[in-house]
Formats: sequence, C-alpha cells, structure tokens
Amino acid sequence: MLAIVREPIDPARLDAALRDDVFGAIVTFLGIVRSRADDGRSVWALEYEAHEFMATAEFEKIASEAYQRFPDVRLTIVHRIGRLDVGEIAVAVLAGSPHRGAAFDACEYAIDEVKSRAPIWKKELYADGEERWKTNACGPHERAG
Amino acid sequence: MRVSIAAFAGVRELLAECPAVLDLPDGATVADAWKALEARQPALVPLAASTRLARNGQLVSRGETLGHGDELALLPPVGGG
Repeated sequence: MLAIVREPIDPARLDAALRDDVFGAIVTFLGIVRSRADDGRSVWALEYEAHEFMATAEFEKIASEAYQRFPDVRLTIVHRIGRLDVGEIAVAVLAGSPHRGAAFDACEYAIDEVKSRAPIWKKELYADGEERWKTNACGPHERAG
Repeated sequence: MRVSIAAFAGVRELLAECPAVLDLPDGATVADAWKALEARQPALVPLAASTRLARNGQLVSRGETLGHGDELALLPPVGGG
C-alpha cells in the first residue's frame, strides 16, 4: 500500500496486509507527532498537507527504487494529512523481506527519501499560539529525527 | 488561456486572497506564470529560488510552455514525516 490518508494510521492493519509467507522479516517505522520542536518549543499539534497525486507518485518511485536496491523487498508507505495531535502516527513505512538486513535497509532508505522528496508539508502549532511551516532541512543521510 | 494554481504550505497562505486561476496569453511559459503570481503577491519574490513548480503533476523547468487547463503546482521546500 502506497497512500496519503486522512484517517488515523493503524500499524497492525498495515502489517497484516504486508504479510507474505516468503517474508521472514518485517521492519516497521512509525513517525509520531512529538510534543517538543527541535528548538525546544512546546508543540500541541501538527498540520500536514500534500499534493496527493504527486506524493503518491513519489511513493511509487521510492518503492520501485527500493526494489532495485534491495531485491525481494516490498514496501508499504502511508502518510497521513490533516491536523494530528501529539502521539498520533503521521507516517508509517513497513518493509517486508525474506531477511532482516534488507528489510532494515529498505525501511531506512524509504523514510529518508519520503522526508526529503515527497511533496508533503507540515506546520508546527505551538502552545503559545504561534505556528510555523517546518522544512526538512537535513539531507537524506543526516537523520535529525 | 487559463491555468489553475495549486499552492501549498506557506505559498498557499500567501496566495490565500488571490484567485486560484491565472489568465495568460497563449504560449506563456512557467516563468511567465510565476511572474504574474509575483505581481499579485510580491512576498513570493524571495521564494522564487526555493519553490519548485510542477505542471499537471510533473516537475518542470521555468522555460516550459503552459497549455489551457493545465494545473501549475507551487511546491515550497518539503517537510513530510
């Protein structure tokens, strides 16, 4: 499954949908709304938006690249948009593979590429009432969080 | 010809008061469309270098020619995940 969704993400459902008898490993990454911004400010919610058609197309490209790099890996990439509270899942990336090494590598590759390439934006809503669009400043190989 | 504008994040907010369509002369390029948007909203000027543009879902260079009915998407630096 490669999708932009508006409803809450249920990792158990995504895991069940990805299961395959040939997979000995599924690695799951969940990106979760946290209460502190990188500069320490208190965050009460995030607002996500996406160019849905282009974001889904980018997920398809990333999944295809991952399949080239890590044979026999299959990816699930689901990103939620709308207003999300602290503790809610914003993005889920699952990588299924016969062996764990490729699953770990593909999962990390996919989330790095999603963050750096997919046309998705988030606004941090701070406890003091201010808000700011937050850009992923890091390149794909510097993982701030 | 008429082009629809799909703006996102901070660029969307800057254009919130503007119509979501642009009327341009036939043969207008992506650069012409951006210039017309800058005329509506001068705060876009400093964002020219960082905003990527897509025509009907495909990233395009500024020299590309637009057609009637195209969607021009304005994509500021991303922040997903």
